[in-house]
Amino acid sequence: MNAETGIGASALRKEDARFITGKGQYTDDINVFGQTFCVFVRSPHARAKIKSIDTASAMAVAGVIRVFTGDELTADGIGDLPCGWVVTSKDGNPMVAPAHPPIATEFVNYVGEPYAFVVAETLQAARDGAEAVSADFEVLEAVVDTGTATSSAQIHENVANNQAYDWELGDKDATDAAFAQADHVTSLDIVNNRLIPNAIEPRAALGSYDAASQTYTLYTTSQNPHVERVVLALFVQVAPEANLRVISPDVGGGFGSKIFVYAEETAVIWASAKIGRPIKWRADRSESFLSDAHGRDHVTKAELALSSSGEMLGLRVKTIANMGAYLSTFSSSVPTYLYGTLMAGQYKTPAIYVETQAVFTNTAPVDAYRGAGRPEATYVVERLVETAARELGMDPVELRRINFIPTDAFPYQTPVALQYDTGNYAASMAKALELADSDGYMARKAASEAAGKLRGRGYSCYIEACGLAPSQLVLQLGAGVGLFESAEVRVDVSGSVTVMTGSHSHGQGHETTFAQLVSDRLGIPFDSVNVIHGDTGRSDYGLGTYGSRSIAVGGSAIDKALDKIIAKGKKIAAHMFETTDDQVDFADGQFSYAGSNEPKPFAEIAGAAYIPAVYPLDELEPGLSEKAFYDPSNFTYPAGSYVCEVEIDPTTGETDIAKFVAVDDFGNVINPMIVEGQVHGGIAQGIGQALLEHGIYDSSGNLATGSYMDYAMPRADDLPDFQVDMTSTPCTHNPLGVKGCGEAGAIGSPAAVMNAITDALGVKDVSMPATPQTVWQTIQQGT
Amino acid sequence: MHRFNFRQASSIAEAHSTHAASDDAVYIAGGMTLIPSLKLRLASPNDVVDLSRIDGLSTISSAGGVLSVGATARHCDVAQTTDIPALASLASRIGDAQVRNCGTIGGSLANNDPAADYPAAVVGLGATVHTNSRAIAGDEFFVDLFETALEDGEIITRVDFSIPSRAAYAKFANPASRFAIVGVMVAETSSGVRVGVTGAGACAFRMSSFEAALSSNMSASALDGIAVDSSEFNDDLHASAQYRANLVTVMAKRAVAQLTA
Ligand SMILES: Cc1cc2nc3c(=O)[nH]c(=O)nc-3n(C[C@H](O)[C@H](O)[C@H](O)COP(=O)(O)OP(=O)(O)OC[C@H]3O[C@@H](n4cnc5c(N)ncnc54)[C@H](O)[C@@H]3O)c2cc1C
Repeated sequence: MNAETGIGASALRKEDARFITGKGQYTDDINVFGQTFCVFVRSPHARAKIKSIDTASAMAVAGVIRVFTGDELTADGIGDLPCGWVVTSKDGNPMVAPAHPPIATEFVNYVGEPYAFVVAETLQAARDGAEAVSADFEVLEAVVDTGTATSSAQIHENVANNQAYDWELGDKDATDAAFAQADHVTSLDIVNNRLIPNAIEPRAALGSYDAASQTYTLYTTSQNPHVERVVLALFVQVAPEANLRVISPDVGGGFGSKIFVYAEETAVIWASAKIGRPIKWRADRSESFLSDAHGRDHVTKAELALSSSGEMLGLRVKTIANMGAYLSTFSSSVPTYLYGTLMAGQYKTPAIYVETQAVFTNTAPVDAYRGAGRPEATYVVERLVETAARELGMDPVELRRINFIPTDAFPYQTPVALQYDTGNYAASMAKALELADSDGYMARKAASEAAGKLRGRGYSCYIEACGLAPSQLVLQLGAGVGLFESAEVRVDVSGSVTVMTGSHSHGQGHETTFAQLVSDRLGIPFDSVNVIHGDTGRSDYGLGTYGSRSIAVGGSAIDKALDKIIAKGKKIAAHMFETTDDQVDFADGQFSYAGSNEPKPFAEIAGAAYIPAVYPLDELEPGLSEKAFYDPSNFTYPAGSYVCEVEIDPTTGETDIAKFVAVDDFGNVINPMIVEGQVHGGIAQGIGQALLEHGIYDSSGNLATGSYMDYAMPRADDLPDFQVDMTSTPCTHNPLGVKGCGEAGAIGSPAAVMNAITDALGVKDVSMPATPQTVWQTIQQGT
Repeated sequence: MHRFNFRQASSIAEAHSTHAASDDAVYIAGGMTLIPSLKLRLASPNDVVDLSRIDGLSTISSAGGVLSVGATARHCDVAQTTDIPALASLASRIGDAQVRNCGTIGGSLANNDPAADYPAAVVGLGATVHTNSRAIAGDEFFVDLFETALEDGEIITRVDFSIPSRAAYAKFANPASRFAIVGVMVAETSSGVRVGVTGAGACAFRMSSFEAALSSNMSASALDGIAVDSSEFNDDLHASAQYRANLVTVMAKRAVAQLTA
């Protein structure tokens, strides 16, 4: 293996040179001949009936080409934006989804929902046109609050009590029995704050229609262009699948918010055929705040039953999850299969029962956001465990230790559907305590106190199910798509390689990590590997990137294709060595045979594959190019131990994160630098959720935090130097032994921070975000 | 942005007459406040009159115990000055580097954002705001929310700060915008102790109760037990009036601690 670029090396990222020199090609950088510009006209009301829309004055604006309303899309047979996962309620009924026309027709249901759009020669003219569109609205009472949504005004005609579903998981009777026997019950009312994702690149789309070939090309900021294509073709029915190509070029961050199929790209690609010209749209930051799918927003009652010695006996969780105004693409799965299934955490709690009621409100749709369901689950479990330890007078580390699933219990079947393949939770915990200088804590606390500060410490031992996902399992649970991944490895005549993947990089560094994998296995230079992604016209159908799936599923698919390449290479080599392929070895980039002292380098075999002189063509096809589809047999289960120490200034309530330790088990790691970067970013977002970020709607449904003036994104100086390390129990069921690392930081960190803050303040709960004012008020209430 | 006419002025007189001749004009200096509001179409003037290239308008000079800061001196320029470290430190903490490289003291004062930093210095240091037609005492300049003593079309030309014997500025930044939720300037000047507060109310004001206490005892503990009346304070998404009242005391104490350190 090459020490600088092989598996396990922190190779510098191939993509960074173009990104940091401004040479990336993002959707908005792409311009095509005849391009027009589009601006969406968005609802100023949280809930209103559209009585009429006046487009005449907009049409009169110089440069305006067309003004479209939702009725025109409906008339043209354009379907609703679908939700791709059908969750079934307790009573056996499927969830109730309201109609979701891409462009509102009869009602608008959140501030920012588009009800018309203007296409013009210039962006300026499109803006002027959009300003000239007016509508006559009958304003209706808005429903905003998650906790009371079911008893508020009914938003959608077909959705009684504003409830999409009332779902359950686990054994209710067994759980009730565990509570009946318990010596102690810890209960918490938990609010998981609404977050607004804020990828650095706003969403954008450029749609064009070629009348000659009757084909559509959509450039868009999607985390999964293939799914975008399928949804637009088969469900929304914009174009036949064969006639639609979707390209996601460089994408500047997604965090989940770019998984979904949105109104804007639908409108743009559809309308491009109507006007016969390409149409470009790019969101302003204000539009991103209003119209990107938001994250989290749960109200939960959680209870943990324990024996007097701290043994966890049962867990009962009842959550109301805010879906916003409509069911976004994967929203229904987030507070159910990505949430309830994680309630065992790292513990052998024998009885668990989870109920999730999904409700509609007049707010932006809520869907997967970095971690998606798993941060919410970890928050519930880890806040409960820490609180229980305090109530029982136990060391929270000790309480965790006695409840950890022991290493000899794997594979471990949880009471909430998942089967963990492997893990060593005590090992991560031990390493984290060491890094955190646990022994020095009392001295640090004393020093803080001497300086008039409050110091607290909190832990969080998270688990996540990622590497999404075993197709047959998720299809059985209501998913509308399989979740395998595709790969193609195309060897060039000279032995360089082009890899096509159905996963998509929007910051993760696939061009580097996948190149390391290929170069390591084929023994060819790292620079000879070119990774292509994000184009339905170039790679096979794949499922994109989210759920920390790219290396575990996409990487495994590449690995499988590499097996085929090597197998074929051996066959070719066997002919050259005049032996059989089972006599040929491949290692370090060389095909060798015991009967020859002249091994054949990979490049030579590649050349021989394309200049087919040495092998019989009735036995072997020419060429060296292989495809693979990999469907995982299980989820992967990254897990880790996080320790956070905070120092609070009681005079202002300011919280300083004095120490943050993260020890993660991602199994095998291809590029430690990239993994560490992913952990850093995730922790930044988790600390953002814990201390800073809060999407707030006022009582009439206006987004009060619609810009950076009011929505606090974490900045570098809000964050400490993270101490990051790893342990490893390789995944047992994928060929690379990898687990995935994209979400861990965001999953594990909020509970660690909030456990530290509640410890410092000596209170049971503080709601996120723990802003200085919130912390100060908590202190005031205590004195 | 709506269309507007961009008018480059080369002198104060020209700027003033261009403004007067238009039925809907606005000055631009650094543009850090004006341009975002133009882009969001919250403002749509016919004429934008640029002050930023007027010769001498950005000059910073110091003579006779007075630091004189030209209206178009940028925050980054003021941050480099040494006569009043508290003022330089205040300027160095406005917004981010891009904002400091464009934003000007004149623009900040004319805009009079309730959360802006400079007003605390103008009030707290007892500065004098000079315009194309008069001199306005710092205490008289800020009238209400986004409202100043400036007449329509009046141009700030410079701000004169008498150099205090000691001064310090403490800021509690809004976690989102980093503007001041509360900022307090405490100064020992030739005319006595002054305490200027920004962020807490509709516009900057002096805390006379703090000034009295600090005049006899320049120490943080002198402020203990002095009630802060929050009845007129801002109460919004970011901070309640009560929390702001607490911050006024805490920031004043921090400033005093720094000043006496
Ligand atoms: C991201 C960001 C963060 C910021 N953070 C802070 C902060 O932490 N603290 C803070 O105090 N400020 C902050 N600001 C505001 C910043 O300081 C602005 O630069 C300042 O408020 C306005 O100065 P300007 O020169 O840019 O004015 P402009 O935007 O050019 O003008 C603002 C207003 O003042 C008028 N005006 C300008 N010059 C004169 C003059 N000489 N005479 C009369 N009228 C004039 C203009 O007509 C206009 O109405 C921030 C701004 C941004 C964009």
